[in-house]
Amino acid sequence: MKDPYETLGVNRTATAAEIKDAFKKLARKFHPDLHPDDKEAETKFKDISAANDLLKDEEKRRKFNAGEIDASGAERPQERFYRDFADGSAPASHATQDGFTNNEELEEFLARAFVGGGRRPESTFRSRGQDVSYVLPIGLLEAANGATRTITLPEGKTLQVTIPEGAEDRQMLRLKGQGMPGFGGGPAGDAYVELHVEPHPYFDRKDDNIHVEVPVTLKEATLGAQIEVPTIGGPVTVTVPKGSNTGTKMRLRDRGIRNRKSGQRGHELITLKVVLPVVEEPELVAFLETWQPKSQQDPRKEMLP
Amino acid sequence: MMCFDDLVAAIAALQRSDLDAWIREELVVPRQEAGRPLFNDMECARVRLICTLHYDLEVGADTLTLVLSLIDQLYDTRQRLLSLTAAVAAQDKNVQAAIIAAMEPNGGSSGAGKS
Repeated sequence: MKDPYETLGVNRTATAAEIKDAFKKLARKFHPDLHPDDKEAETKFKDISAANDLLKDEEKRRKFNAGEIDASGAERPQERFYRDFADGSAPASHATQDGFTNNEELEEFLARAFVGGGRRPESTFRSRGQDVSYVLPIGLLEAANGATRTITLPEGKTLQVTIPEGAEDRQMLRLKGQGMPGFGGGPAGDAYVELHVEPHPYFDRKDDNIHVEVPVTLKEATLGAQIEVPTIGGPVTVTVPKGSNTGTKMRLRDRGIRNRKSGQRGHELITLKVVLPVVEEPELVAFLETWQPKSQQDPRKEMLP
Repeated sequence: MMCFDDLVAAIAALQRSDLDAWIREELVVPRQEAGRPLFNDMECARVRLICTLHYDLEVGADTLTLVLSLIDQLYDTRQRLLSLTAAVAAQDKNVQAAIIAAMEPNGGSSGAGKS
């Protein structure tokens, strides 16, 4: 800790007014918020403030003069200046979300552009490349099973994207070093790829489960049958029980999506839907005309008063 | 996050009536929660700055608004410059060199020069 009189540039005999004056002059010159480009301003201002804190207090000044306390007694706690926020380097700032740049980049650039006029050696302006982000639409099956996709960027570069098994909608993949090239030997930025999982014509994903509606014929439903149903891993044979109906549910264990964290697979949940023949079936019609149901059925009973 | 009383306690020089006035004049705009102002880290730093300006540098109450408005404009401009710099830094080397050359006092070959 420096001598506070020296820091403020005043005599040991200086009056309170002289000390205040000296502090005012230096504070104007070195307050970091008023000199955002001066990197040393913060240290200087802290020294000046600490010296002022000590000397403006008659009692502390007397003790210091008498050697009872040293200058470190006046050290200031860490303080955050307004410029730390206003320059957008802190997360709490209201500044526009640039994110890819920092003060150093700005200062280097300005030093070159305004002060050095480009005469500085090339190597002093070094910066990390900018991050880039893309949106990659993928099918539900690609998300469920994982896939590798090659995307071509506007500038002709291609990027290999590995979609992990069980990928989720809006999941963000980070490809390190695949962003914009760095400048002056700086590292390249990163590429961020946001996955947009597109809806599937018949598979519907809910968490790790796959819901699917499977049509069955009147005969299959009534008599029971072995049928093939689609799953995200390919067709699987299942047994439709005798006397099934529209709305009958079946569960295929572990035929859903593998959870990214637990490694457990979800299930496929099937809902059957009975469909009537689409071509004319005169025999069926003839049968129904003479058919006397064992019990009188009124499926609309609950809908009507 | 600090409430009004915390902030007054944390900054020795700060007078309650001054902080009240600064909030009224919107020199600092803390979030209002349950009718009481709450200061985040940025606003605390801003209040400290106002205190230094007012109590130490003796910027009068009337001039304070002007000084802060200039400081805000300075930071706003810096913010834009920062974005611009990032945009320039993302260009390839030739483009960067051309921009820097054009910014030099006599280097620009654009029609913007004095006649």
